[in-house]
Amino acid sequence: MAGITDFGAYVPLHRLGPATDGWSGNNERSVANFDEDSITMAVAAVEDCLKGQSRADVDALYLASTSLPYQEKQAATLVATATDLSDDIFTTDVSHSLRSGTLALAMALDAAAAGRVQGGLVVASDSRLGPAGSDFEKATGDGSVCFQVGSGNEIATLETLVSAANEINDVWRPAGETMIRSWEDRFVQQEGYLDSLQRVLELLKKKTGKTVDDFDRIVLYAPDSRRHAEATRLLGIPRAKLQDPMLDRLGNTGCAFALMQLAAALEAAGPGESILVLNYGDGADAMVLRTTDRIADRPARGNRGLQGHLAACLPVGNYSEYLKWRGLFSEDSGVRRPNLSGPSAAALHREQDQVLRFKGVQCDACQAVMYPPQRICIACSARDGMTPIRLVGEPAKLFTYSMDYIAGTTDVPLVLTVIDFDNGARAVLMMTDRDVDAIKIDMPVELSFRLARSGGGITNYYWKSMPARELFVREREAVAAG
Amino acid sequence: MESIKDKVAIIGMGTTKVGERWDAGVEDLLYEAASEAFADAKIDPSEIEAGYVGGLSATHTLNRVLKLNYIPVSGVENACSTGGDVFRNGAMAIASGMYDIVIVAAAGKQKDAGTTGIDMAGDPSTVGMEAMIHNGSVPRHFALYATRYMHHYGYSFDELKLTLAKIAVKNHKNGTLNPKAHFQKEIKLEDALNAPYIAWPLGLYDCCANIDGGACAILASPEVAKRYRDDYVLVKGIGLSSGWREGRMSQKYSFTMFPENVKAAQQAYDQAGITDPVNELSHVQLHDAFTVNELVDYEDVGIAPRGKAPHLVKDGYFEMDGKIPVNTDGGLKCTGHPVPATGLKQLAESYHQVQGTAGPRQVKNVRYSLAHSQGGLTGSFSTIVTVLGPRD
Repeated sequence: MAGITDFGAYVPLHRLGPATDGWSGNNERSVANFDEDSITMAVAAVEDCLKGQSRADVDALYLASTSLPYQEKQAATLVATATDLSDDIFTTDVSHSLRSGTLALAMALDAAAAGRVQGGLVVASDSRLGPAGSDFEKATGDGSVCFQVGSGNEIATLETLVSAANEINDVWRPAGETMIRSWEDRFVQQEGYLDSLQRVLELLKKKTGKTVDDFDRIVLYAPDSRRHAEATRLLGIPRAKLQDPMLDRLGNTGCAFALMQLAAALEAAGPGESILVLNYGDGADAMVLRTTDRIADRPARGNRGLQGHLAACLPVGNYSEYLKWRGLFSEDSGVRRPNLSGPSAAALHREQDQVLRFKGVQCDACQAVMYPPQRICIACSARDGMTPIRLVGEPAKLFTYSMDYIAGTTDVPLVLTVIDFDNGARAVLMMTDRDVDAIKIDMPVELSFRLARSGGGITNYYWKSMPARELFVREREAVAAG
Repeated sequence: MESIKDKVAIIGMGTTKVGERWDAGVEDLLYEAASEAFADAKIDPSEIEAGYVGGLSATHTLNRVLKLNYIPVSGVENACSTGGDVFRNGAMAIASGMYDIVIVAAAGKQKDAGTTGIDMAGDPSTVGMEAMIHNGSVPRHFALYATRYMHHYGYSFDELKLTLAKIAVKNHKNGTLNPKAHFQKEIKLEDALNAPYIAWPLGLYDCCANIDGGACAILASPEVAKRYRDDYVLVKGIGLSSGWREGRMSQKYSFTMFPENVKAAQQAYDQAGITDPVNELSHVQLHDAFTVNELVDYEDVGIAPRGKAPHLVKDGYFEMDGKIPVNTDGGLKCTGHPVPATGLKQLAESYHQVQGTAGPRQVKNVRYSLAHSQGGLTGSFSTIVTVLGPRD
């Protein structure tokens, strides 16, 4: 029987909230750093999902997002390459709808049930942009989640999926525009959101005889907390069964939102529970999953998961900083540097292993590890006897660093780091998601896939160093967890 | 391997006023520097047999502006040590016996780039780590050494900042004696200590200005040199060491020194027959693009013990009246850093110090003078060390 075999998640470190000067929302929301987008967050979620597991058996990647960088060119291939999946796999983007996450999961589970996919990944990642100061901006959040699907060692199996379509311009983003638009509030709520959910629940009842009273946990997508409360009331969802939507601290993460709530539900669930996932976007999906005995005795893989990521946070100090990150606040006022040309597509393609997969080499003769790949060993001078070795996930420490105050106007100071891996390799990388006052020589650092110099229509990515997330775990979560 | 000692003479040098030379292009600067060198050597340009000029695309500038008559000219590029390598190539051409008189020249027009600091727009074919290293500001690379030097030798942040500030104050004081320097103004220790950060831990006064300027030397064989002047200056040794990016790849690389400096200095000392640089060098020009470079360079070229340079700085060891005066012209810090020309500009100060024509900056009883120039970024450099001395 096909089902979910494992999962991981990612939430950006930064939050817009009460601690952000100039922020007008009452809630807190996650926000992608200036060098993050749906691709980088998808990579982080896949890494969290695969941490401690082999990736050689992954045979499909379904990437769900409404906020991908290209309108022509697949994004799943980039995510698959950056996470060092095999080239010989099925890859697809599932896009355009806020339901893309559940739709992608349904497609992958169907393929697994058909036996065509044995170890598929479904990753949903979104970073949607609302106009500055708008309710959209306050209600949305950025994040990603990844599910592994297959047969044989499921932690949850799919029992039922029913879908309803609804052709409506309620919330949309025209091609070529960066911001989401919407029609008038009550129309969206009544003719879109509530109508679709009611219809899909009727379909579910017709097909299975079940109502909202028949589940142990219910995940409910909602654009914001007010609509979440209204739908809960009108649909008669028992509050005790309702999954916390995290709208007060995560925000609505678009097509990843329902699945991130599902991840939270699975992190808390025991064996034999039935979970109803209600998702919305151009219609609605009702997905019924049942957890298996295996959910209770999964071996610990050392991944952070949804709660681990959510617990670590760093407030954005000032709302104008966020505007700079999203390009909503002119960056040209203090330009000291020339506009950079784009990278060469040919060079990027050629150097994919070192740039996207972050692979160095290990000398067959003396076992020295070096990055980037060399033809002649830096330790023993042996020639052309090298085996590729990926450095992502390898433990590393900060050797030295500097903080550049003049190179740009975003994320000042830019932190340049020299990091030494426990396996002997060294790399020079920019540091991201850092607190400049907490950087110390010898601190543990990890690698994170981020946006790099872009230009010429090529969105470019590279790896950066990053302090361990645990440095940023907030007091109250730490106490609650303890 | 034969030494270059006493096989090459400098018979004339010229430098332009360094600064924001909105009035001059590369060719104007080459003309200005060459004219001074011709006058210094009392030479007719038609006697020159070959030329070397700094910068890859500069090859055709030299004959065009000086109207040298179809003589062979080669462009030489070696990052920030280009000027030193132009000189080295010219010297090797003389030492080989192929030419009797050679011109070496370079000019930098950093201010035309429209950027503060070196224009690092980068090569699109450079991707990944190399692209990240090359597409950004330069000071952050050298700041990595300051951070690690402090950590490695156990200096406090305040001790590091004070040491670097004292180097900046010294070079600014020396710069007031040099009418061709860009900055001719003394600064106070507090100015340097309280300056805004450029690349932590380096502040504004820890960084040189990338600026416009040119320099030129006329080289000849010693026999030919005698026809032009009695007080020509001799090349005693030239070392060049080029890195292989060890610092970016190997954990053995300490970030407390520049191995290229050590190797280039040793080559030059071996050729010159110098075994005790502290007592044999009278004057030293170091490539102080950043104060931390000067600090580490003291140790690399062997005029300060490892990890102890801050103590010597504190004692005024490298000041004009100290044991070994360093950067008497104000260094890159005050004369500025017109990239391809800088190495030649360093050599010009050494030339005048050896010749005894350094005016108010003249160090007493100069015998050997060392000029150092260094180009590169994090963990990989090209360093040229040249030792000049008087004719016997």
